[in-house]
Amino acid sequence: MTVYLVRRILQALLVVLAMSLIVFIGVYAIGDPVEILISPDADQIERERAVQALGLDLPLWQQYAVFLTKALQGDLGRSFVYNEPALKLILQRMPATLELAFGATIIALIIGLPLGLYAGLRPEGRFSRVIMAGSILGFSLPTFWVGLMLIMVFAVYLGWLPSTGRGDTGTLLGLQWSFLTWDGIRHMTMPAINLALFKISLVIRLTRAGVRETMLMDYVKFARAKGLSPARVTFVHVFKNILIPVVTVVGLELGSTIAFSVVTESVFAWPGMGKLIIDSINVLDRPVIVAYLMMIVLMFIAINLIVDLTYSMLDPRVRLESKGT
Amino acid sequence: MSDAVIPAKIADKVETPFRRFVSEFAESKVALGGLVVFIIIALLAIFAPWITPQNPYDLAELDIMDGRMEPGTVGGAGFTFLLGTDDQGRDMLSGIIYGLRISLIVGAGSALIACLIGASLGLLAAYAGGRTDSVIMRLVDLQLSFPTILAALMILAFLGKGIMNVVIALVLVEWAYYARTVRGTALVERRREYIEAAQCLALPTHRILFRHLLPNCLPPLIVVGTMQVARAIALEATLSFLGLGVPITEPSLGLLIANGYEYMLSGKYWISFYPGIALLITIVSINLVGDQLRDVLNPRLKK
Repeated sequence: MTVYLVRRILQALLVVLAMSLIVFIGVYAIGDPVEILISPDADQIERERAVQALGLDLPLWQQYAVFLTKALQGDLGRSFVYNEPALKLILQRMPATLELAFGATIIALIIGLPLGLYAGLRPEGRFSRVIMAGSILGFSLPTFWVGLMLIMVFAVYLGWLPSTGRGDTGTLLGLQWSFLTWDGIRHMTMPAINLALFKISLVIRLTRAGVRETMLMDYVKFARAKGLSPARVTFVHVFKNILIPVVTVVGLELGSTIAFSVVTESVFAWPGMGKLIIDSINVLDRPVIVAYLMMIVLMFIAINLIVDLTYSMLDPRVRLESKGT
Repeated sequence: MSDAVIPAKIADKVETPFRRFVSEFAESKVALGGLVVFIIIALLAIFAPWITPQNPYDLAELDIMDGRMEPGTVGGAGFTFLLGTDDQGRDMLSGIIYGLRISLIVGAGSALIACLIGASLGLLAAYAGGRTDSVIMRLVDLQLSFPTILAALMILAFLGKGIMNVVIALVLVEWAYYARTVRGTALVERRREYIEAAQCLALPTHRILFRHLLPNCLPPLIVVGTMQVARAIALEATLSFLGLGVPITEPSLGLLIANGYEYMLSGKYWISFYPGIALLITIVSINLVGDQLRDVLNPRLKK
């Protein structure tokens, strides 16, 4: 187990290193680093001073070393637009993105599980067919367009929900959260539903497949034969067993939800990390872009690592297989 | 498949694999409908200059006085704007049909290039095995562990905007799907006798790969390819909507939708709504075709 752990962590570190090299090459080698890292408003003297300060006169491998050491110290440059450390900007926006992603995940479970359960129990029913057709739409509709349609219907025509921004926020643990105020929740509803759409479809399909498989199991037949009520069989014997894989997959999807919030945040002008990166790309605020990419890469590798380690703890086959090779 | 299932009218003809494929595909009316719709969309896109009442890229034909007209208004040039106009007085119907063109070219083009690269690498991985295989598959794993939108954002952040860069981004994001699919099939196929026979004949490797192995890996590749075209179109629209895609002078569907965004809040829905519907119909029709292809080409579902 320890061998596997060490190997897996080493592997993750290697990927981090590789990704940092890719980001470095992307910024320093493909583009012109002077143009990328120094504000276009700077004059000649400022420019030269910055070139020296950033070490851009050094050979490329030394520059990479400087970039790495600074990154390890949490210094990923300063934003041109906000004139603040890029990392700090991103961390400030993170709570907004996280609460949106968690909100979407909860919505996906609340809507997806019952629908999937129904479709699994009555696979030939008319309503089940409607649910499954709907889930295909959920997979193929572009998120941003659905977001626009939500705004059109609920904000413009019906006027029920606000279309942009975060609304009032409450303070918890020194951070601002929208879900603590009624106004904030109203603002969060549409973006969270929009972000949840894809995941609702996923949960429906997983739950349906799980239910159909579980219904054929011997222990379900036995529970029925014992004369338990159908409700008890469904919710205790079937539902509990399919919950584990569904929750695992949804947890795994959290990373991609955070990534896809780029689109939702842009549509609803939700001030999270995703909106920040799109704005930064549009005004070429490159330090922020670099910082965002490094952060998200780290997050992904961390999530993948945690998942792999958890699996290897739960499933001994994974451990044994890696020992064999 | 037994002869009894074949409809009587074609049973007396010689049954070629292609004919069987067509008749199996046509069993699903929904998929057939999807195919017909997609063909119509493709024809509209190809013959756009002869169909549209206006050339939406020719600024001389646009009249700013016609801006933001409701669907059905008659414009200054004398024809009716069936789907209204955008802020620059561009006929939405013409804009959508030209936009379809760009969306389809970018989507199909990137899917094709990604297919060439991915399928070659997948074949190589399966055929060569060993170190080559593990290096290629590690790359595939790395690529697939990141969400597509993120990888595309990363690439566009480095390369900048523009239609070529969007295609590059889409290709880099998509090749891994093809590589994984082809490798999976090729691993099974390469153990078959005909590959052994080809090797015994001492045929050159590239000939074995592309003339013997590849044709037998085609069915899953076609399915993945169809789905990926739809995905590429959706992704391109998303990137263009975010302002990272095609240039504003020749808007694709995503950019048309983005242009209408601010006007939608004041109730002028048609600028965003109709391009969105066009995008939707395109994606859904391709997916319907892909779904049926998967059922027909999947040997496990064979009756």
